[in-house]
Amino acid sequence: MITVRFFARIREQLATTELQWPAIATVSELVADLAHERGQAWAEALLAPQIIVAINQQVANRDSVIVDGDEVAFFPPVTGG
Amino acid sequence: MSSRFAAVSVQSADFDPGIEIARLGTSADVGAVATFVGLVRGVTTPGQEPAVTALELEHYPGMTERSIADIVELAEQRWTLGAVRVIHRIGRLAVGDRIVFVGVSSRHRGDAFAACEFIMDYLKTRAPFWKKEWNARDEAHWVDARDTDHTAAARWS
Repeated sequence: MITVRFFARIREQLATTELQWPAIATVSELVADLAHERGQAWAEALLAPQIIVAINQQVANRDSVIVDGDEVAFFPPVTGG
Repeated sequence: MSSRFAAVSVQSADFDPGIEIARLGTSADVGAVATFVGLVRGVTTPGQEPAVTALELEHYPGMTERSIADIVELAEQRWTLGAVRVIHRIGRLAVGDRIVFVGVSSRHRGDAFAACEFIMDYLKTRAPFWKKEWNARDEAHWVDARDTDHTAAARWS
């Protein structure tokens, strides 16, 4: 299983902070899987081009490989400081 | 690793810039301390009445601290620095409250000024924090990332 986390606007749009998901090969496949299982709102939120993805708290991309036990996070562009 | 992260604090509590500046200047080879303090701005459009009444800051615990420590490390590779201190607040803040502190000490002012600005520019575009603004009608909206912040960060590469 992997842990999938959502932050800020995406967390609110999906009304989900965190979920456990079966391990899957890449970020793109995870997004396709979530969109398929959870529906249109998830597809739109996770496929938005500006969305940032991190694996184990390091910025990754759509082709990045996921392994069992990883923490994958989706969040909008950052606005701190 | 502990020393690497000791200089970075992500906290809900306020900080005292005077105390932080004093701590940065305790070494005999320090000749300069440059600092930046970011505040919650109520006025979003110059000349208009304050539109923002409060700000809420969300972050990604763990990744936030690590990404700031990475930025500090980049600054230390690029300039000759003494000590570096970064504090970033989270949670709900009122207009005028302090949000962020970046303090850098060095032998001469040039390195301290440059590193302080570099750390702020990178923090704004890389550290996972998100701001939500509240207005007087108690409506909230997420702040959008600004192109000018990315332009500011890009000049260092």
